[in-house]
Amino acid sequence: MKPSGIGGRFRRITHRLGGAPDGDAGDIWKAIQLARHAERPYPLDYIQRLMPDFEELHGDRLRGDDHAIVAGIGRYHGQPVVVIGQQKGRDAEERVFRNFAMSGPGGYRKAMRVMALADKLGAPVITLIDTPGAFAGAEAEINGQGGAIATSMQTMMRLNVPTIAVVIGEGSSGGALALGIADRVVMLENSTYSVISPEGAAAILWRDAAKAQLAATAFKPTAANCYRWGVADAVVPEPEGGAHTDHDAAARLLDGYLSRTLRTLEAIPPGERRLQRRERFRRIGAHRELPTGGTAIVVGVDDGQSGRS
Amino acid sequence: MARRQIQVSIDRLRGHRDTPTPRAQKLPSDDRACPKCSSHYRSEEMRRNLNVCPACGHHFAVGGRERLQQLSDDGVYDELWTELRAADPLRFVDLQPYPKRVEAAEAKGASEALVCADARIGGRPCVIAVMDFAFLGGSMGSVVGEKFARACERAAERRVPFITVTASGGARMQEGVLALMQMAKTIVGFEALADAGVPSIVVLAHPTTGGVWASFSSIGDVTYAEPGALIAFSGPRVIEQTTREKLPDDFGMAERQLENGHVDAVVDRRQLAGRLARLMGILELPEAPPGSLALQLAQNGTERAARVAQALPHLSRRLRDRISRGDHPGGEGGRP
Repeated sequence: MKPSGIGGRFRRITHRLGGAPDGDAGDIWKAIQLARHAERPYPLDYIQRLMPDFEELHGDRLRGDDHAIVAGIGRYHGQPVVVIGQQKGRDAEERVFRNFAMSGPGGYRKAMRVMALADKLGAPVITLIDTPGAFAGAEAEINGQGGAIATSMQTMMRLNVPTIAVVIGEGSSGGALALGIADRVVMLENSTYSVISPEGAAAILWRDAAKAQLAATAFKPTAANCYRWGVADAVVPEPEGGAHTDHDAAARLLDGYLSRTLRTLEAIPPGERRLQRRERFRRIGAHRELPTGGTAIVVGVDDGQSGRS
Repeated sequence: MARRQIQVSIDRLRGHRDTPTPRAQKLPSDDRACPKCSSHYRSEEMRRNLNVCPACGHHFAVGGRERLQQLSDDGVYDELWTELRAADPLRFVDLQPYPKRVEAAEAKGASEALVCADARIGGRPCVIAVMDFAFLGGSMGSVVGEKFARACERAAERRVPFITVTASGGARMQEGVLALMQMAKTIVGFEALADAGVPSIVVLAHPTTGGVWASFSSIGDVTYAEPGALIAFSGPRVIEQTTREKLPDDFGMAERQLENGHVDAVVDRRQLAGRLARLMGILELPEAPPGSLALQLAQNGTERAARVAQALPHLSRRLRDRISRGDHPGGEGGRP
């Protein structure tokens, strides 16, 4: 059941038992700043380079169009492919227009509507994740933010087509995971994936929003660590200095991974692909099992503290 | 995967819980004041009323095992997987190291924030998974995710309804992105129920927020909520800080969420066991799971179907064997 055919510089899933998270505080903070760099390529920058023929689709067919998520269908290496991405803004005005890539339920409903199109056409789905989290607002709550995220996960779990989720910037909270259920979850070299944004964590755990750097360090959300934990299946390299230095080169590197991986995934029968996708998410996690006597067994990733009990 | 079953007898629980020591009887801490109506009650009296204020109906928090006892026939249930305990994959330290927090929580009695059991309600067998807010805010880490998925798979395999009672602040921060991934794991658990055609019943207790509301708890087949429970992805405080909106006092409350269309009914705790039993009676399952993924797969070819069937732990042994033999609808002859 191990993925095969991801050759070259892309590392394969291996057993990750016993690997301790690494990176000192300074390195982790640097990765977070690169992941959020103002010049970093956003979904539309990649789409423009990967598929010049792209039709953006708008609206959740219910009440509006959430600009924090872009979605559409394009021609990619000779076949239709659906792309859904979380889009930040370049300047102040666009950032507000995009709501800082924090979508409400309408964004996820738009995503699901376009996923249904993909399933109908047999077109693979690629998601590009880059959000500080789902939007926290009264209207979003009333319109079912929680249910929209859950249903989006469920929809992705059930898709019959090959799916790849790419964390291209910062992937934070359920807002990111809503688009993160795929056959392969990969991270760009300088991207991060975490349960919450550093600012959010600082406010909750340290009760001080200024402790963001400290929180970021504690979460160790780098691509290398996520790979070690089995959260990411591969790490896609970025150009020297980071993706923001050369959008074309960043897109080429991503293109290499995506085209190769889609070929691998297309070789797997749909039903089996779905089962493998489920098993992938069924496995992730780390816990101890207390035996009736002797030392604890550690299941999943761990840092080698298994003797603690 | 050793499973330890704990038989809990009513007498033992009664003896354990309802007989205060003479010293405790004298302590004012045995009294509880209702935050809503300020009435004072003895703990024992409150417990007998299922932790609901006898005067105003305010619903107090209920621990995981206490909830199981409240719901199960005669207070008897078989607890599952108590051997699963939190690990510290991130070596996480905030104001204190994560293992210290876990030890402190375990010292209070619960083994984790989710307690699972085989039980009967109104004579009907079911698998129940109950969150315990007293254990690190009911937060969902790897153990909660693992137990939840196992509970769903067990209900699917036995073809009995799956019931979950939530009370959680969301994903467990101290397990970082691995805690986030447990949201996905709960969705996988629900997929096992969907395949087997087994219903999921969600009871939302106070509070159900963050990643727990944004995963399994918002997509149950039937969703009840306890009166006054806060049900939200982002809580009112976070929203007020983020958007500077002033929110109404009942924002995100169960009664409001009924109006918003996110729950099916607000159910008083004193009626909960009866309502669940009645609902299970309505939902009683037919013999075969119609149109399950396993059967669809079986129709694609016998050899692969057999392999797939063996990989589906939640299928009943009977169905699994039938598929393996090629003895299933549409599998006649099979393809080589």
